[in-house]
Amino acid sequence: MSSSTEMRYVNAVTQALRDSMEQDPSVVVLGEDVANAGGSFKATRGLLDAFGAQRVIDTPISESSITSAAVGMALTGLKPVVEIMFMDFITLSMDALVNQAAKARYMFGGQGSVPMVLRTPHGGGLSAGPQHSQCLEAWLTHIPGLKVVCPSNPQDAYSMLRAAIADPDPVMFIEHKALYATKGTVDTTQIGHIGAARVARAGRDVTLVTYGATVSVCLKAADELAKEGVEAEVVDLRSLQPWDKATVLESLSRTHRAVVVHEAVQAFGVGAEIVATIADEGFDELDAPVLRVAAPFMPAPFASSLEKGYVVTVERVIEAVRKTLA
Amino acid sequence: MSAKKNTKAATPQRLQALYQTMGLIRQVETALTRLFANSEVPGFIHLSIGQEAVAAGIASALLPQDSLATTHRGHGHVLARGMDVTGFMKEIMGREGGLCKGRGGSMHVADLSLGILGANGIVGAGIPIALGSAMAHQARKTGGVAVAFFGDGAMAEGVLHETLNMAALWKCPLLLVCENNGWSEFSPTSRQFAAKLEQLAAAFGASYAKVDGNNVLAVADAADQAAAQLRAGQGPFVLECMTTRVRGHFEGDAQKYRDAGELESVHEHDPLTAARAQLQAAGVDTAAIDQAIAAQVEAAVEAARADALPTLERAIQDVYTQTAQEARA
Repeated sequence: MSSSTEMRYVNAVTQALRDSMEQDPSVVVLGEDVANAGGSFKATRGLLDAFGAQRVIDTPISESSITSAAVGMALTGLKPVVEIMFMDFITLSMDALVNQAAKARYMFGGQGSVPMVLRTPHGGGLSAGPQHSQCLEAWLTHIPGLKVVCPSNPQDAYSMLRAAIADPDPVMFIEHKALYATKGTVDTTQIGHIGAARVARAGRDVTLVTYGATVSVCLKAADELAKEGVEAEVVDLRSLQPWDKATVLESLSRTHRAVVVHEAVQAFGVGAEIVATIADEGFDELDAPVLRVAAPFMPAPFASSLEKGYVVTVERVIEAVRKTLA
Repeated sequence: MSAKKNTKAATPQRLQALYQTMGLIRQVETALTRLFANSEVPGFIHLSIGQEAVAAGIASALLPQDSLATTHRGHGHVLARGMDVTGFMKEIMGREGGLCKGRGGSMHVADLSLGILGANGIVGAGIPIALGSAMAHQARKTGGVAVAFFGDGAMAEGVLHETLNMAALWKCPLLLVCENNGWSEFSPTSRQFAAKLEQLAAAFGASYAKVDGNNVLAVADAADQAAAQLRAGQGPFVLECMTTRVRGHFEGDAQKYRDAGELESVHEHDPLTAARAQLQAAGVDTAAIDQAIAAQVEAAVEAARADALPTLERAIQDVYTQTAQEARA
């Protein structure tokens, strides 16, 4: 039987959970409506039947304590995977993440680690409004001790989640609501490597550094630009903390131009760290200023007309690339 | 239920062991007052002098597979659990040979091999961590109990309420030990919390007992009963130990917000005084016990003074496990 199957992004998440749970009895899943209901976005569908209520746990709506409980579980021999229904709700989990999960290994002098995963979907495009659309990954990448992963396609959703669950440290696994229904081929023998980017498209003229849902936007922009004879290289970071500086700088050494693209608010975002690193370590390679395409400094909007102007579009990416080439 | 039980049946050996634990905590913390005044302890420390009976009594009911999460005022709990005194002292004094290599200090001291999941700098934060630990005991069928120590100030924290709910829903083997010393940092808890812990426990259908937290045998008996109930799968259990904070919220706190009369009377409740009198009446040489502890504490302090200071180069390696460092490289 072939290990490659066509599946949706959300099913790749489920498959990774299922395969990890089959392989390792210490893996448990907990969160709001993850068991009976199979998750708000159906990412945990079927797991309750397969593994029982001891390992697939429906929790009350208590984000703070369920995230902290995962820390306690991880320190007592389990590998918990917590689902937080919308990334906006991690505001309630921040003590558990920032003060507990991230620091336990360090504070205890490396005695142990906190092998937990927090899965949560970010992103807009569904008119879900200011409290159900945010991309808060920069909050997490700023915290020493956390790892942050953000897959853009079904294969990476599978491989990176397998890697996240196997990882001894706390990994924040950020999914995208708008990607759940997207399809792709998944080879379940592939286990990802946290910290390794992927060159999603090779090109010689400009490097587009991106992750998550804006990877496909950048690929479409690259296709459009190719019609004008501009070959854009698209680097899908996949992992934001640690991030693959070497791959970005290597690409830059060939293209000499870069545009960083993400859905999150631009100011103080993940892109700011990438641009600053390029300025520090890749300055001599640059033929043009590094530009960012990201959200304006305002809450994610609700009305469709506003959301259209807020999200990253193919046109905005093309415009930025043209500016770096001018 | 009432945890008050006739403690006359307790053997002198048990009281002696409890006295030894309390004496160790007292002498370690008394040494820390001097070391702190002498600038030999970095940062700030919160002492549990006067509250030793809670730590000793609870720890005496625990088994090796059990776990605990404690607070910023957690020295007593970890020492009672059996933490190595020298490793502890080196940690508090910020040395590389400390149990946490000088990375955590007083507020984060931990020993995972003893099930000590850490002291904690965030009020109430250990409570849901202990919940998760209790869930892990349940899932892994270790037969273990998880203990969450917290102060009365943490009763106002939401995580206590969330944790009580989940622990009650799932009958987790979770012992919630409130050390009620009447003070939420610098404010009387009567001005901070509108309910009573007993009512809170009852609201979630959790077992509850209140005990004189300055009577070590009473605490030990109550802890035995609670642990037995938890191991029988009837959890969770809230044990409120009424006790006395002698020192300030932090060491160096002049406690101007406390009544002079109240401060003068704190020594009347000293758990060691009562235990010492009982032991002496039974013919135990408590002075010899105290002297042996003093020698142990002094040796630990000297070892800590002689130990190396940690370096940033090595400390940064403890942020992630080695595999992550390799991934980053």
